[in-house]
Amino acid sequence: MERQVKLQAKNVRKTYGSVVALEGTSIELLEGEFLTLLGPSGSGKTTLLMAIAGLNDPDSGEIWIDGELMTYTPSHQRGLGMVFQNYALFPHLTIYENIAFPLKMRKMRKAAIDEQVARVLNTVQLPDVQERFPSELSGGQQQRIALARCFVYEPSIILMDEPLGALDKKLRDSLQREIKHLHANLGITVIYVTHDQEEAMVMSDRICLMKEGRIEQIGSPADLYFQPNSIFAADFLGESNLFAGKVVGQTENSTSIQRVDDIVVSGVCDAEVRNIETAHYMIRPENIRVHSGETNEDNFVQGKLKEIIMIGQLTKYFLELADESEMVATALTGSRNDPLQQGDQIYFGWSTRDARIMLSS
Amino acid sequence: MTISKKWLGFIRAWPIYPAVLFLLLLFVYPTALLVGLSAVDVDGNITVSHYSRLFDQGLYTKVLLITLKVAAWTTGFAIIAGYPVAYLLANVRSSLRNTLIIWVLLPFWTSFLVRTFAWMVLLGRKGAINDLLIAVGILDYPIKIIYNFTGVMIGMVHALMPLCVLTMLAVMENIDTNLTKAAGTMGARRGQSFWRIYFPLSLSGVAAGGLLIFVTSLGFFITPALLGGAKDTMIVQLIMFQIDSMLNWGFAGAISMMLLGTVLLIFFFYDRWLGLSTLSGGTQGKVTSSNTNRRVGLGARFGNGVLNGLGEICAGLGAFYDKLVKRDPARSRADYSQRSLWVVAGIVIFFLAAPTFFIIPVSFTEEGFLTWPPKGFSLQWYETVFANNSPYPAAFLRSVIVALFAGFFAMLIGVPAAFILVRKQFVGKSVIFAFLVSPIITPHIILAVSLFYLFARLHLIGTYLGLILGHTVITMPYVIVTVMAVIKNYDLRLDQAAWTLGAGKLKTLWFITFPIIKGGLIAAFMFAFIISFDELTMAIYLTNGEFSTLPKHMWVDAIMRVNPTLAAVATLMLLFMTVIILFSEFLRRRNVRKIG
Repeated sequence: MERQVKLQAKNVRKTYGSVVALEGTSIELLEGEFLTLLGPSGSGKTTLLMAIAGLNDPDSGEIWIDGELMTYTPSHQRGLGMVFQNYALFPHLTIYENIAFPLKMRKMRKAAIDEQVARVLNTVQLPDVQERFPSELSGGQQQRIALARCFVYEPSIILMDEPLGALDKKLRDSLQREIKHLHANLGITVIYVTHDQEEAMVMSDRICLMKEGRIEQIGSPADLYFQPNSIFAADFLGESNLFAGKVVGQTENSTSIQRVDDIVVSGVCDAEVRNIETAHYMIRPENIRVHSGETNEDNFVQGKLKEIIMIGQLTKYFLELADESEMVATALTGSRNDPLQQGDQIYFGWSTRDARIMLSS
Repeated sequence: MTISKKWLGFIRAWPIYPAVLFLLLLFVYPTALLVGLSAVDVDGNITVSHYSRLFDQGLYTKVLLITLKVAAWTTGFAIIAGYPVAYLLANVRSSLRNTLIIWVLLPFWTSFLVRTFAWMVLLGRKGAINDLLIAVGILDYPIKIIYNFTGVMIGMVHALMPLCVLTMLAVMENIDTNLTKAAGTMGARRGQSFWRIYFPLSLSGVAAGGLLIFVTSLGFFITPALLGGAKDTMIVQLIMFQIDSMLNWGFAGAISMMLLGTVLLIFFFYDRWLGLSTLSGGTQGKVTSSNTNRRVGLGARFGNGVLNGLGEICAGLGAFYDKLVKRDPARSRADYSQRSLWVVAGIVIFFLAAPTFFIIPVSFTEEGFLTWPPKGFSLQWYETVFANNSPYPAAFLRSVIVALFAGFFAMLIGVPAAFILVRKQFVGKSVIFAFLVSPIITPHIILAVSLFYLFARLHLIGTYLGLILGHTVITMPYVIVTVMAVIKNYDLRLDQAAWTLGAGKLKTLWFITFPIIKGGLIAAFMFAFIISFDELTMAIYLTNGEFSTLPKHMWVDAIMRVNPTLAAVATLMLLFMTVIILFSEFLRRRNVRKIG
C-alpha cells in the first residue's frame, strides 16, 4: 500500500536572538502516521512543532503540508489541529461553545454544529457536559474535551504538545491508550511532543529523538531501543550499561572491545562504525543474566553483588567490578526469598547479539 | 538581514504609536514651551533672570527645603505604618486579603477633597479627636493638630499610604513563605528569621514604595493648603501663586523646572543606588542589585550589620523569655506575634478607612460650620446642593462626561500600547515604556500649567475637549500599567489554540482575548474614570467660571469658606464612588465566577 507524504519540513531553522533553538532540521511524515518528537527540554522539539503549526516563523527552510508550501501561512489557514499541554480550553466558553468554536469559524450551520458536538463528545465518552464550563471539569476530562475540540473538525494532521504532561500516572496511561485508539480508528496523522521516553515508545509508529536543536536519531521504537546510534540515544531510551573501550578484534558478525580493566567483550555494530580505534559498548540490564557460578555465556564479568533493589515485578542487581565500576542487571522478581545475598561473588553474562557497539562521540 | 529585522520590529509595533504621538503633542511639547518661557523675559529676550531670582531670594530654596522635608517625613511615616499592613496582607489567605485591600484602598478611591474635608472635621479645635480626648479625660484643653505641620502629615500620610502598601505588597507576595519556615527549621527564632531573611527580601518593595511616595508628595498642594499653616507652604503653591496672582509665566516656569529637576535628580540617585528595575516589582532584579550593593557599599554593609543586630536582639529577648516562662511542649501556645501584628495593622487600617465616614453626620448639621458633634438634624445643606441656582448638579454632570471620555480615550490609545509593550520585542522598548508612564511621576502642576499655556492659545480653556485631552494625559499611563498587568497574566496559548482552530487574529481578539480579559479592561476603565472624576490640578487651570467640574467647585468653595454644603456634596460623592466601585466589583466577580 502506497501512503502519501502528508507533511515535510525541509531544513527548518529557528533562532531566538543568539540562541539557536533549531538547526536546519528535516522530517517527513506519511499519511496516518504517528510520529513522536522526543527529547529533553531545550532540544528543539516544541520549536519544530510550533513552526509546523505556524505559531512561530522559522528563519529559513520550508514546510510543506499536503504538497502545498506553507512555511509562512498563518496558523488558521493551515487546517491543522493542535492539543496543548495546559489544554488551552477557553475559560469563558462552555464545553459546547469550546467544541463548536472551530466549526463556527468554518461557518457551519447551527444544526450541523449541534450534531457534530454531540457526536464527538460521545467519542471521548463525555456526553453530558455540554453546558459546563472548563473549570468545572477534572484535568483528565478537560484533556478529553481538548481532544474532542480538535477531532471535531477532522483536521488531517493533529499536533500534540505534551498533552498528558500535567496528569498523574494512572490517568496518563489510560489516556495514552485512548489517544492511540482514536488515532487508529480515525486514521489521522499525529505529531506528538513529549520528553517521556516510555510514552513515546507506547504510542509512536516512529520516534524522532532530538538533542540540542537537531535530530539525533529517527526510527521505530524498536530501532531506537535496540539499535541506538549514539550514547545519548542509548541513555535516553530505557536503561543501559555503557562503557568505553579499545577495539581489539573484528569478525563479520561481531566486534570486540577491551575495557580499561582488560576484560574483552563483544557486540554487534553498524557497518559505518567499523574500522575505528575506540568505541562505546552498550548492554541493556534486562539482557544480562545473573549467575552465581561460572558460566559459558558469550560475554561475562565477575564481581561483588553490591545491592539488590526490588521494584515490584522487577528486581535490580548492582554489581561492583574489580575496577570499582558498576553494572546493573534486571530480572523478573522470582520469589520472596532471593537466593542471592549482598556481598556474594557473582557473574553477569550476556549474548553478543544483544550488545551494541557505537561511536564514542 | 539584521537591519530589516529591526525595522520589521518597529513596523509591527505600530499600535503603540498613537500613544507615543499623543504624549509628544500634549506632554513633551507643552512642557518644552514652559521651559522656553522660563528662559525669556517679558520682551522675548533670552535671559537667566528667572533662574537667578530663584536663588537670590531665600524664599524659593527655603520652600523647596520645606517641600523636601514634608516629603521625607510623609515617606517615613507611610513606610513604617504601611509595612505591617503589607506584611499582614501578604501572609493571610487570599479571600481575607481581598476584603482587607478594599479597606486599605478606601482613601485611594474616595475623593481627595472629601478626605481632606473629613480631616478638617476630625482635627479641628472642636473636632472629633479633641472632643473625644477631652471627654475621656486625656486632655484638659484642645491641642492644635490642624493648620500646622501635624495636620499636613496626617493628611498626606493618609492620602499616600495605600500606594505605599500596594507597592510593598507586590514584592512581598513574591517572597517564598517557605524561606522563613526553612530558617525556622535551621534554628532561627521568628524575630531572627524576619530580620535576617524576610525583611532584606522585602527591601526592594520598601524602596520602590518610598520613591513613589516621596516623588508624589513633592507635587502636593491641596493638603498643605487646607490642613497646613502659612509655614507649611509647598513649592506647587508658589507656582500657582505666580500664575494666578502675578501672571508671571516665565518665573512660574522656572519654579516648575526646579521642581521637575528635583524629581529627576531623585530618580537619578535612586537608579544609581538601587536600580530602577526594582520599581517594576519583580524580586529578580532586586536580588542581584542588592547583592552587588552588599559587596561594595559601605552603607549597605552598615545596613546588614543593623539587620543582623536586630535579629540577635530578637533572639536574645526570646531566649530570655523562654528562661522566664517554661513552655509546656505538650500544649499549643498562643501566637503573640501574630496577634500583635493584627493589632498594629488593624489600627493602621482603621486610620485609613474610618475618617472618611465622619463627613456623613456633619452634612446633616443644623449649624453653619463643620463642627463636631453635629447639632440637630437638617437636610438644608442638601437642599442647597440641589437648589435651582446651585452649580453642583451641572458640575457633577460635566465631571461624569469628562471622566467617561477621558477613560474612553485612555483605553483607546492605551490598550493597544499595552498589548505591544507586553507581546512584542523591539529595540528601545524599555525607553518607550518609561516615556509612556512618565506622566505618573511628573508633578501634575507642571502638566496643568504647561497645558494651560498651550490650550489658551488654541482657545481650548473651558471646553470639554481641552479638559478631556488633559485628563487623558494623566489617565492613559495608569491604563497602560493596569492593562499590561492583565495581559501579562493572560495565557498566550489560548490565542494560539484559537489560531490553530481556524480563527484569524481579529476574530481571536474579539471572541477569545477580549472576553477573557474583560474584567481587567473594565477595572482599567474604572480606574481611569475615577482618576479623572477626582482630578483637581488640571481642572483648576483648564476650566473657567462657566465650565467647571465638581472638584473644581468644591475647591473654590473650600478656599472661600468651608461650610456644611461641602460636607453634603462630599457625602453624595462618597455615595457615587461607592456605587461605582461596587458595580465594578460586581462585574469583576461575575467574570471571575465563570473563569474560575
